Amino acid sequence: MKRLTLENKRSIRGLLFVSPFIIGFAVFYLRSLIMTIRFSFSETIMPEGAAAGYELRFIGIENFRHAFTEHGSFNQQLFSSLLDMSIDVLLIIFFSLFMALVLNQKFKGRTFVRAIFFMPVILNSEAINIAITMARAMMMGGMSPVSADVVQAAGTSGPNMMYYIYMMSELGLPMEMLDYVVDAVMRINLIITASGVQMIIFIAALQSISPALYEVARIEGATPYETFWKVTFPMVSPLIVTNVVYTVVDSFIRSPVVRLSYDTVFFLHDFSLGSVFSLVSMLAVCLLLFVACALISRKTYYHN
Amino acid sequence: MHDVQEVKEMQEEIQENFKGRIKAKYNDKHFVNERHRALKQGKDLLIAFFRTALILGLSYVILGPLIGIVANSFFSNADAYSPIVYLIPQSPTLERYELAIIRMSYWDVMLRMMFYVVGLTIVQLLVCSMVGYGFARHNFPGKKILFACVIIMIVIPSHTVMLPLYTTFMDFNPLGIVGLLNNGESINLLGGPNSFLGGTAPMIIMTLLGTGLRAGLYIYIFNQFFRGLPKEIEEAAAIDGAGAIYTYMRIMMPNAMPSIITVTIFSIVWQYNDTFFSNLFMISNDIAISKQITSLQANISNLDQVFDPAISTLYLYAGIVLVIIPVVALYVLLQKQFIEGVERSGIVG
Repeated sequence: MKRLTLENKRSIRGLLFVSPFIIGFAVFYLRSLIMTIRFSFSETIMPEGAAAGYELRFIGIENFRHAFTEHGSFNQQLFSSLLDMSIDVLLIIFFSLFMALVLNQKFKGRTFVRAIFFMPVILNSEAINIAITMARAMMMGGMSPVSADVVQAAGTSGPNMMYYIYMMSELGLPMEMLDYVVDAVMRINLIITASGVQMIIFIAALQSISPALYEVARIEGATPYETFWKVTFPMVSPLIVTNVVYTVVDSFIRSPVVRLSYDTVFFLHDFSLGSVFSLVSMLAVCLLLFVACALISRKTYYHN
Repeated sequence: MHDVQEVKEMQEEIQENFKGRIKAKYNDKHFVNERHRALKQGKDLLIAFFRTALILGLSYVILGPLIGIVANSFFSNADAYSPIVYLIPQSPTLERYELAIIRMSYWDVMLRMMFYVVGLTIVQLLVCSMVGYGFARHNFPGKKILFACVIIMIVIPSHTVMLPLYTTFMDFNPLGIVGLLNNGESINLLGGPNSFLGGTAPMIIMTLLGTGLRAGLYIYIFNQFFRGLPKEIEEAAAIDGAGAIYTYMRIMMPNAMPSIITVTIFSIVWQYNDTFFSNLFMISNDIAISKQITSLQANISNLDQVFDPAISTLYLYAGIVLVIIPVVALYVLLQKQFIEGVERSGIVG
């Protein structure tokens, strides 16, 4: 047998280390993606009488045509999901960068505050959210003045918005404007709770900027404003792409279009249509990500 | 008596004198420094004030619901109906917790959940660090394409592949191996009545093959970290005769502590809070504590005849506190290492 060179040995070793992932990806992702595509181009027939199993019959783009032109809510859900996502991503990136700058300053109890801001990531359990929503729905059913007080006392409803809205509308502000402001304010809660990871990543990026750069900026007489735009921002800009990707993926999982495709598959048992929904929404998100990343990386400064 | 003219002159003189003194003072080095310092102090104080206000406000937004839930979980019936009680109960009771623990079979389920979550996290750590190490320190054909697959795995939302995953595990028969052992029939690994391992098998298999919950992200983190370590460490190990496994276990892993802590926390928290995969694979209620919480309020109103939603919600709050306590405790214990860990773990690159 021919003896392997050191390099060959190392590359085999590398392949061995990576092998679990190669198998896993091929079996669970590549194969699944192909299957999803197959599902979406064919009709699923569940044979009568059989306990399980299905047959696939190729019908071309018929499913896609149905999803886009005949289905009641798919178009609307897809676009509202994408629109919400684009707005949220912008707000989340700005907010997390801003908060990272604030939390990166030196003050007492800094670690503690950082821990609080990461809390939502830990407490973000879908099950608990559902349970609270259900509890609220039950409250609404058995409405009594006292139980309404309890909902407020629990703080789960946040500040008493209705009071302010009522006050504003009494002042004669147009309802449309109020709606917009209320929507934005309602989003604040969502944005704070969705930006934990991004904040930590930005803080880490800020920590990794060499202090020498700031020293130079100070000696050259740069104002804090200039220092931010000429030193801080370029140095954290590569992480903006990372955070955009993370935010989009993270908020997409919770978007209504995903729920629609889940419900279609598991409640209506329409495998083909559900696959079309998830495939189309995935492509749309990938397109959104691609455009966003292309736009951002034109302005990104890479240190190395 | 002075006349008007004189008074005016005197006034002017005084003013002149005063202006001169101010000018002198203005140019005095010491005074200038003092003034600068006072201004800077004032500015710092103002910034600190706004910062504190901002942080307090946002912290309240984050912690407000939590405080409300914790406080309400101690309310007795009288407190719940009393309009003057806010956050601090007059007659606190542990009754909510006692009943919630019984109705959720808390200790049993929590123990199983902990086994499941911690076990998966350990597997996740081993597999992802191995794959990350393979990518970071070895050259092999197709490396770029394979790493692109890692990125694809991060970006593709898991719902795109949910249906194929579901059918794969419903008729689990990879390459016909399972069929050989099981009289030519595939087995159903999903949860349900009489299920195998309570429906956790799919998650375990996926995690073992480096495609578990958010495994792509962990592989990425480990890859970035290992890439940042100096090459000399490995070379020295190789010269001293360390094999591949030894180098990885004894030399690379101990150095990767920041990444390990980061991935541990992320993995435990996300696995614990995951509902997508536990619903998809129908993981049994005896294992997924999150499923207990969803049905807790209904259970309590049906089994214990607590019909007023204002009261049964209090039990739900107690249940929520019970469910989040383990992860919060873990986070509080590890948060310092965690936040430092993220800074050094290589997410930032």
